[in-house]
Amino acid sequence: MPSILANKWTKRAVFPICFVPFGILVWKAFTGNLGPNPVETLQHTTGDWTLRFLVLTLCITPLRKLLKLPDLIRFRRMLGLFAFFYACMHFLVYLGPDQNFSLAAMGKDVYKRPFITVGFTAFVLLIPLALTSTAGWIRRLGGRRWQMLHRLIYISAICGVVHYYWLVKSAVLRPLTYGAIVAILLLWRLGDWMIRRGRAIPAVAKTQRASVDG
Amino acid sequence: MLLQRKPELTYADVTPKEIYLNRRKFLKAMGIAGAAAFAGKELLDLSAPSQIAYAGVNFPNLVKSPFSTTEPQTSFEAVTHYNNFYEFGVDKDQPAKNAQKFRTSPWTVSVEGEVKTKRKFTMDEILKLAPLEERIYRHRCVEGWSIVVPWIGFSFNTIAKLVQPTEKAKFVAFESYWDLGQMPLARPELAGIEFPYVEGLRLDEAMNPLTLLCVGMYGEALPNQDGAPVRIVIPWKYGFKSIKSIVKIRFVKGEPPTTWNLANSHEYGFYSNVNPNVDHPRWSQATERRLGDIFRHKTLMFNGYQDQVASMYAGMDLRKYY
Repeated sequence: MPSILANKWTKRAVFPICFVPFGILVWKAFTGNLGPNPVETLQHTTGDWTLRFLVLTLCITPLRKLLKLPDLIRFRRMLGLFAFFYACMHFLVYLGPDQNFSLAAMGKDVYKRPFITVGFTAFVLLIPLALTSTAGWIRRLGGRRWQMLHRLIYISAICGVVHYYWLVKSAVLRPLTYGAIVAILLLWRLGDWMIRRGRAIPAVAKTQRASVDG
Repeated sequence: MLLQRKPELTYADVTPKEIYLNRRKFLKAMGIAGAAAFAGKELLDLSAPSQIAYAGVNFPNLVKSPFSTTEPQTSFEAVTHYNNFYEFGVDKDQPAKNAQKFRTSPWTVSVEGEVKTKRKFTMDEILKLAPLEERIYRHRCVEGWSIVVPWIGFSFNTIAKLVQPTEKAKFVAFESYWDLGQMPLARPELAGIEFPYVEGLRLDEAMNPLTLLCVGMYGEALPNQDGAPVRIVIPWKYGFKSIKSIVKIRFVKGEPPTTWNLANSHEYGFYSNVNPNVDHPRWSQATERRLGDIFRHKTLMFNGYQDQVASMYAGMDLRKYY
């Protein structure tokens, strides 16, 4: 398993797979198979895939540690960038057919409607993450600061789920499912952080004791 | 001179397209395998056509209505595959699949409450109450999409005049069919709304000639997913007011409970008139997207039926009574 993950061809195979949902949409659009409300189909599908890729990205760290597969990290940036890619598509479908490509109209909408505000926030928070996703930017910012910045994905994912929850009329089962998954992934991080802190304190105490002893 | 009376065919006598095809399938099967092999449930199903939906029955000689719009009609395909009918699932494409086996015959509608003569109507009786009209109405969903549909039916007030509401009747309450056996998805925990679906109108709204008792569309009987066999269509209100598959009509004293208002009173009022100036708390109602269009267009006050209905709301604060 680890050797498969480390293989450069695995990554090269996953990349086009991530484009499949987009390809299917383009195919359906050109063959007129997007259903009675094509714009809505585009909006819902791109929104769904944004959330799915956000969730996949957030899965990497817990899975790496739980399954002891450090090589999974090789896929995190790619999955995150695909989340951003689908978010861009989602945003463009909103800006175009819904707002007639008018930034002024969009601004008003973002200001006025909480469900748009929160969705727009989720999208905007992803922009700095996509821009600083290169090795050069990690170096420039320094690992610690880069990591701090990239924790914005937690807020983005939460905003994305709230955006979905506020959109539906009454069938909240699906947005709540996304909500539960995101909650588990974030709580795991909190738990992991607390355990690490718990370990760190006795370690410090031990060194202190050692110095006293010495 | 001897006048020859035409033999009266009833609604039930017309063989729907599907059953006609089923019979052929059945005969073919008989030929291949012999009747004995087909004893049991399958045989019973095929030999009891009255239990199956009758979508596809044609209504010829429809009366044209002055209320009809000349706008281009939405395609039959779209109107039958993009439905909000939560009894058959919350996704728009689910009713077309899940309502296929919905049994709409035999069917009776019970009219009760504050009326001089309570009555139960069979579908046959309903179809003979008045000449069937074709009415091409705009239909605007609260979600911001719209369609143009050639409905078939007659003014609801035809029924009201027959049963004669008493002085006490001030509102009309409608109730949809509900049966978990046929509608396994019609549960509050799945759909987020209570069942059976209920709706209501003020008496004057119900008596307005625009309010349609609808039995068909596009020249034929209502497809199951569009509310077969009989529904209400109120073109100046958001679509959810136009209740489907009605089994009960009650004339009542007070404002009756309505499903979406029970689910979320803050977002869905009793009146729910189409109004571009009063937004839904979560989205704008100023514009709408006609199914099939890419861009949105402006929504009209009362969905463009001001001339017929505005006077009923004179002096009312439509922000308060949304």
